Amino acid sequence: MSYKFTEDHEWVLLEGEVATIGISDYAQGQLGDVVYVEVPTIGDEITKGDELAVVESVKAASEVYSPVSGEIIDVNSELEGAPTKVNEDAMDSGWFAKIKVSNSSDLDDLMDEAAYKAFLQGLDE
Amino acid sequence: MLNNKGRPTQPTVDSNVDDSLETFTGNKGLELETPLIFEQGVPGRIGVDMADPKPVKSRLGGLERKESVGLPDLSEPQVLRHFVRLSRQNYAIDAGFYPLGSCTMKHNPRINEKVARLAGLGDLHPMQPTSTVQGALELIDDLAHWLKTITGMPAVTMSPAAGAHGELCGVMAIRAAHEANGEVRTRILVPESAHGTNPATAALCGYKVEAVPARADGRMDLDAFAEKLGPDVAGVMLTNPNTCGLFETDVKRIADLVHEIGGYFYCDGANLNAILGRVRPGDLGVDAMHINLHKTFSTPHGGGGPGAGPVVFSEGLAAFAPVPYVIQGENGFELVEQVEGDAAQSFGRMKGFHGQMGMFIRALAYMQSHGADGLRQIAEDAVLNANYIRVSLDDKLHSSFAGICMHEALFDDSTLKGTGVTTLDLAKAMIDEGFHPMTMYFPLVVHGAMLIEPTESESRQTLDQFIGAMRYLLDKATAGETDYFLSAPHFSPRRRLDETGAARNPVLRWIPDESADANEKTSVSAAS
Repeated sequence: MSYKFTEDHEWVLLEGEVATIGISDYAQGQLGDVVYVEVPTIGDEITKGDELAVVESVKAASEVYSPVSGEIIDVNSELEGAPTKVNEDAMDSGWFAKIKVSNSSDLDDLMDEAAYKAFLQGLDE
Repeated sequence: MLNNKGRPTQPTVDSNVDDSLETFTGNKGLELETPLIFEQGVPGRIGVDMADPKPVKSRLGGLERKESVGLPDLSEPQVLRHFVRLSRQNYAIDAGFYPLGSCTMKHNPRINEKVARLAGLGDLHPMQPTSTVQGALELIDDLAHWLKTITGMPAVTMSPAAGAHGELCGVMAIRAAHEANGEVRTRILVPESAHGTNPATAALCGYKVEAVPARADGRMDLDAFAEKLGPDVAGVMLTNPNTCGLFETDVKRIADLVHEIGGYFYCDGANLNAILGRVRPGDLGVDAMHINLHKTFSTPHGGGGPGAGPVVFSEGLAAFAPVPYVIQGENGFELVEQVEGDAAQSFGRMKGFHGQMGMFIRALAYMQSHGADGLRQIAEDAVLNANYIRVSLDDKLHSSFAGICMHEALFDDSTLKGTGVTTLDLAKAMIDEGFHPMTMYFPLVVHGAMLIEPTESESRQTLDQFIGAMRYLLDKATAGETDYFLSAPHFSPRRRLDETGAARNPVLRWIPDESADANEKTSVSAAS
C-alpha cells in the first residue's frame, strides 16, 4: 500500500478496492491558501479523467480529476467548513473522496513516490 | 528628497522625526479615515426636514415589515464627507495608469460624457412612446450599423448588458439554432487559456465543457482540437487575440473545422481593441461575437459604469437573435419587441428594455470622434504600447511566449524564483509606486502570470515610468530585499489585506453592537 500520483498532482491510496484521493503537497503549495472545496456526491459513478472536485484558492479555482473509475462511497465533508486542511495536511486528513474502484488497472500508469519526485524536479528546472 | 524634476517632495521633513508616527485621529494629513456609515449614526439626527407621512392602510398582510429598516440617522454633511473620503481612497483610470491585462482600461474621453448628458439623451425614459424617441432609436441603429461594419458581420443584437451576458446571448443563439435543426449536441470546446466566463457560459447553457490544450507557442493546439470534434459538438468558444496576448493564427482553419461538423464558432470579442480596423471577425468565419463597448469603445467600467455587450451574428445565426431590435419602418424607426409567425425563431429576450442606452451614446461618440482612421490607429497604438513594455522588460522578465505580442504583454515569474518574492508580492509593491497592478495568475497556463495591457491611451512618459518602476522593483527582489515585498504595500490607506480570511470567513453584513457606547468605541478603533 503506497501513494500513487498523477501528472495533475492528484494522489491515490488504494486499500483493497477502495481508493482515497487527494492533491499532493506540491499542489497545495502551488495553489496557495485554499478557501473553498467542492466535494462530489456519495453514490455517484465517476469515470477516470472526469472532474471529481473543485479547489478554490486565493489565486484560482482548479478542478481535481479522478485518476480512477468507480463509485464514490465517501467524501471528506469536513473540507467544506475547514478548507485549510488541504494546506495543512494535503496527504492525509486533507483527502477529498473515497472511490470503490471498478478497475484496479487504472492505477497502473500512475507514478510512485520516487517517480513523482523526479517529475516535480523536472517541473522546477 | 527631490523628484525627477529636482523639486523637493518633502520640503519640511525634519530628519529627527520618525515618519511612522501615529496621529490622534488616524488621519494622515490629507488622507482621511472614515468609519462605516452605520457607525456614524446618532439616533434622532436628520438631514432633511420633512413632514411625517400620513398613516397608510397596509395591504401587505403578513409580509409587512415589523422591525425598523435599521438605517443610520445622519446629517447631510456627514453623508457627503463619508463618501467623498471613500472616493479619495479609490484608484481609477482618471487618477493613474491601470494596466490590468485583459480588461482594456483605456481613457474614457470627456466628449463621450458631454454628449451622454445632452438633455435629449440624458433625460430619456425607456417607456416613452417611440414617436418621441426617434433620435435615440436612430442612434441605436447607427451604432448597430457601425458595429456590423467594423466586424464584417450581417446582424447585431444590442441588448446584452455586459461581456459575459453577450456570451450567454451568443451561446443561447447557437443552442436555439441546433434545436431548430432538431439536433441535440452536448459538448462545447474551449481552449484552456480561455476567460473563465467562456466555460461558465457553456455550462450555464447545459453543455459539457471540454478544454483544448495550447501548443508551446501559446496558440490552441489544432490537432488536439480536430481530435475532439464530433457530431455532438455544438461549437467552439475562442478569444482572438487570445488571453496570452497572441493572435490565433489558425483561426480560419478552426472555423472551417467546426463548420464541417455542423458546429458554430463563438468568438469572445474581449480583445477586439487589438484588431480594430485591421481584422474583420466576419472574414475569419465567426458566427457570433460579443463586443465589450466598455473596453474597446471606451465607456467607463470597473466601478465607473455598467457594461454593454452587443453581439454580432453571422447569417446562419441571425434569425435566432433575441428581441428587441430597431428597424426603419414607413413611419420612422420602430422597436421590434416580438417576432411572430413562421419567422419566430428568436430565442426570446435577454433583458428588460433595450440595452444600456447611456453606453450606446458614449460608444458612438467615441467612434465618430475617432473616425475610421482613428479607430485603426487605436489598434496599432495598443499593440505598439504593449510591445514597448515587452521589449523594455525583456532582460528582466521572461516572456512566456516568444515573438511579438498583440495588445498585452505576458510574463511568467521565473525571474522571481528563489527570491521568496511572489507575483502577488510584486503586485503589492506596484501599489506603493502608485500603479494599479497588472493582472496576476491569469491566464492559468503560465506560472505566476503577469498580464500587462497598457492600452493606446498611455503616453510614452507613463510607460517609461511604469517600466522604470518594474525594473527598480525586480532589481530589489533579485538583490534579496525580500522583506520589503512581503510587507508591501507600505503607503496605501490599508496595508496587506487578509484575502484568505476574507474568502474563508466572509463578513458580508454590518451587525450592530448592542452595548450602549458601542458607536463611539467602534469609531475610534476603526480610525486607529
